[in-house]
Amino acid sequence: MTAQGEPVLTVRDLRVTFRTDDGPVSAVDSVSFDVRPGEVLAVVGESGCGKSVTAMSIAGLLPPSATVTGSVRLRDQELVGAPEPTLRRVRGAEVAYVFQEPMTSLNPVFTVGSQITETLRIHQKLSRKQALARAVELLALVGIPSPASRVGAYPHQFSGGMRQRVMIAMALACDPAVLVADEPTTALDVTVQAAVLDLLRDLGTRLGTAIVLITHDLGVVADIADRVLVMYAGRVVETGPTQELFDAPRHHYTLGLLGAVPTAGRRAAGGRLQEIPGLVPVLHEQPDACTFAERCPAADEQCRAGAPALEPRDTDPTTHRAACWHPADALLTKGR
Amino acid sequence: MRSYLLHRLWQSAVTLVLATIVVFLGVRALPGDPALAFAGEERDPASLAAIRERLGLNDSLVVQYGKFVLGALRGDLGTSTRTGIPVSTMIGTGLPVTIELSLLALLVAIVLGVTTGVVAAVRRGRPAEWFANALALLGLSVPNFWLGLIAILYLAVGLGLFPASGFVPFGEDPVANLHHLVLPALVLGTGIAAIVMRQTRSAMLESLGADYIRTARAKGASPRAVIGRHALRNSLVVVVTVVGLQLGILISGAVVTERIFGLPGFGKMTIDAVFQRDYPVIQGVVLVTAAAYILINFLVDVAYSLIDPRIRVAGGQS
Ligand SMILES: Nc1ncnc2c1ncn2[C@@H]1O[C@H](COP(=O)(O)OP(=O)(O)OP(=O)(O)O)[C@@H](O)[C@H]1O
Ligand SMILES: [Mg+2]
Repeated sequence: MTAQGEPVLTVRDLRVTFRTDDGPVSAVDSVSFDVRPGEVLAVVGESGCGKSVTAMSIAGLLPPSATVTGSVRLRDQELVGAPEPTLRRVRGAEVAYVFQEPMTSLNPVFTVGSQITETLRIHQKLSRKQALARAVELLALVGIPSPASRVGAYPHQFSGGMRQRVMIAMALACDPAVLVADEPTTALDVTVQAAVLDLLRDLGTRLGTAIVLITHDLGVVADIADRVLVMYAGRVVETGPTQELFDAPRHHYTLGLLGAVPTAGRRAAGGRLQEIPGLVPVLHEQPDACTFAERCPAADEQCRAGAPALEPRDTDPTTHRAACWHPADALLTKGR
Repeated sequence: MRSYLLHRLWQSAVTLVLATIVVFLGVRALPGDPALAFAGEERDPASLAAIRERLGLNDSLVVQYGKFVLGALRGDLGTSTRTGIPVSTMIGTGLPVTIELSLLALLVAIVLGVTTGVVAAVRRGRPAEWFANALALLGLSVPNFWLGLIAILYLAVGLGLFPASGFVPFGEDPVANLHHLVLPALVLGTGIAAIVMRQTRSAMLESLGADYIRTARAKGASPRAVIGRHALRNSLVVVVTVVGLQLGILISGAVVTERIFGLPGFGKMTIDAVFQRDYPVIQGVVLVTAAAYILINFLVDVAYSLIDPRIRVAGGQS
């Protein structure tokens, strides 16, 4: 493990509700996690589980229709409810983002150099020249060939993978404490995905950046994450060190995601999530029940009557915790 | 970039040559005998023949066209059959008035249209948007001439804020010149402003929803930078297109506006020439208008490529 010391980011009991025309939508419900410097925390779950909403709420980037409660602490600074100017100083400087679509996430009408220097000049007192020199350094850091000449090129003159490297350079410009990468490789060719992920992992370790990596891809998780947060319908259903979670998944949703019994490092069918019958529900209100009960093979009355807490195994308490009334490992033990 | 501009320049030249042919043939195709029009009261066949000879009407069309083009290249567009003044001299006095009026109207249209369009997009669903939309609807539905008459009636005659008609050349007295042009420019500009506003609004709404706006916000950019730099710059391509497409309205609108405010511009000259069947003047006017149109379109394309780098590459490859 590369993680060291105190968490830089502490999220506690985060709840996000959207006001919509069809009434409130509860997108995130009592989510808690920590990330330490140099650590990679993977957030996994099917589409609509609330991964992106969680990510965006960290630096207060959700639209005004969202109501956020709970706590997001960056070291000693509370970010939930912080005023816009404070959040603006945090964004890009302390908490930086890399998004899924490198095609559209860069502004097509500005050179990549000017987009990187923009970040630098918002947060640091640098002359145009100094900022440009730093932008060239950053492009070199993320492995763009002949950065000095490429700094004046426009996004459309780069390939998808190179664009994502530019996005990473931009995100790392001010040496942020936390890097939130929301499906950074989903839109890329399989061949370049690994290279971009290695780059992220490597830079995170070298610069001591805490990385929150949102992904669909369990192969990615196994390769680079230190810890995993499995989300379902806005809640954390299981969390723990990658190896442990892959070796002994406890929540039936995690099991479904992994498809049968996986081993760490072995990619579930093509590295993609396994199909679980049914859909992630859109919840207007969080029920006092297990939200996965409708799709769970092990669900019973207890599951529909109360929400299980996120708890460690009672036999050997570790950081591996699951929110399930009938954890899979218990069933396995019983069955034997 | 350079190859793109050369490519566009070549296209413009070809278009201009085609325009001269159309103008030349168009005037020849008009009903009526120019010699007869030129002769006025004189109807005796001998003098008509002399006039034909003098006007070169006995030459073949090709020779006539050649003379027309050579003349035009030297700035010689013939002389008015009514006043005997060289057409180029008439255009030389009328054109600057129209150009100034058009530029001022364009300024009004862009400043008014872009600001209200941006406000309407950013303040979506709030009173400011309703206000901007109402303004645009008004600008679109009220005809130029009516707006002009109302402006003259209330602002010029009623309140005496501006002169109701007339013109002072810029070189003579810049302040008086602008004073005379404020109302015409406003009247001519508002209709186009309304169109610019609507297009800016929809382009801004699209830009503001784009992924790069999320990236800009995630960088810690201020709302002003997000809107004014990232979103507006991307919307400008649309604005330039709209302005380019409205040039026809601008030119025809200038004719009407000049008439209402009694401005001695190109528009007034054109109307007079048409009513008086002054063929050389019509020919000159149409040619200059066509050339202006081609030039402006070229400039619009240059503006595009300055705003959107992707266009430069696409053009360079073709
Ligand atoms: N602006 C919004 N208004 C209303 N509901 C929203 C909004 N943004 C997200 N949601 C809802 O919140 C829930 C979680 O969405 P989120 O984007 O976080 O999912 P995700 O896990 O990132 O999915 P994906 O893998 O598809 O990116 C969804 O049900 C979605 O409909
Ligand atoms: Mg998402």
